[in-house]
Amino acid sequence: MTPSPLFSAFRQALSEAWASGAGILLPMGFFTGTAMLVPFTLGDEAETLAKIGPGVLWLALALAALVTLERVFQADLQDGALDLWSQEETSISLIALTKTVAHWLISGAPLILMAPVLGRLLGVPFEEMVPAMLAYGLGGLTFFLWGGVAAALSAGVARAGLLIALIAIPFFVPAIIFGTLSLSEGFDGSAILFLGASTLFALGVAPAAMGAALRLAAE
Amino acid sequence: MSETPLIQGTQLGAVRGERILFRDISVSARAGDLILLRGANGSGKTTLLRQLAGLSPPQAGQVARTQAHHWIGHTNGLKAHETPRSHLDHWARVWGSQADIPAILKDMGLKKPSEVPSGMLSAGQKRRTALARLKLIERKLWLLDEPFNALDTDGQAQLAEMIEAHRADGGAVIAALHGHAPVESSHEVMIKP
Repeated sequence: MTPSPLFSAFRQALSEAWASGAGILLPMGFFTGTAMLVPFTLGDEAETLAKIGPGVLWLALALAALVTLERVFQADLQDGALDLWSQEETSISLIALTKTVAHWLISGAPLILMAPVLGRLLGVPFEEMVPAMLAYGLGGLTFFLWGGVAAALSAGVARAGLLIALIAIPFFVPAIIFGTLSLSEGFDGSAILFLGASTLFALGVAPAAMGAALRLAAE
Repeated sequence: MSETPLIQGTQLGAVRGERILFRDISVSARAGDLILLRGANGSGKTTLLRQLAGLSPPQAGQVARTQAHHWIGHTNGLKAHETPRSHLDHWARVWGSQADIPAILKDMGLKKPSEVPSGMLSAGQKRRTALARLKLIERKLWLLDEPFNALDTDGQAQLAEMIEAHRADGGAVIAALHGHAPVESSHEVMIKP
């Protein structure tokens, strides 16, 4: 058998995210809840809701991405798994990236599938929502990557949830701006490309930041 | 026996806050060695071991390692959802080990709880699971932090045997230990400021 650290880390993170049950249900509940509260605050005029619906979903997606991230690296620090990973030859940045993507698959990807349904409830036309799913997917992954950096930075902090939000939310701004723009422009405009670029930027920078933060946490 | 040390830490030092935890400590381990790190609570045994493992950068001195080592820390490295079986399967995959895992589990007295999530295991069973990693793949150097903690008498005797067998095989062990040592050491390092 050849050593396969990244594949094993991916498998371990998938079952870790899945095992608690909360990994998949909690963000879905949070996403739905946030989106459902909006009609109560802004009134029930169908025209208004349909207009702001996609934007509301972006907000709900950003918040839902934050709810499960607290335990992603904190558990590794507490149970000693981080010590074991830190002594492997494989870079801790790659392990952290693998873990984040695995957690996104369990906790983030289901939200993309829910978006058209919630959009429909807010009165957004279905045909508008389907292309938007690509944007929500790119945006969700970006949120998880920056959220992962915040989670790694606060791995040693008790009740880090709020701190994670404080650190991560400013990094969400570009993805939210281009994401919302891309909904009105569709695939013809440049916003979707800028959204893709911000995802690529996060993919390039976040792993190194997570690695550095985790090395510091392991000390 | 080879004369090149498997690990060599020279003039290591650590600072905690504004206090010098320890300084000028040199440790090296050659094949067949069992080196015990001794000292009172809070003297820096774990800190020194983490410096040797490369987990913490030494604040003074340097560490030279020649190859990968095994690490048993005071946290066992088990995830809450993992069972002893899945924990060993996982690290066997990471390391590319072909070890017979059911046999290892039986050997370590973990046959019965092999499918129990670690959240429901006793401290001793978790420690045995962590120690079972030592059998997954051969690594010359073992770094152990209070390895006898939480083990019952049988478990302690078994670990002592594992350490002896490993030394006879040309391996070396560095262990931080505060209490009675059920094993004969080749050298003790006393840690004090």
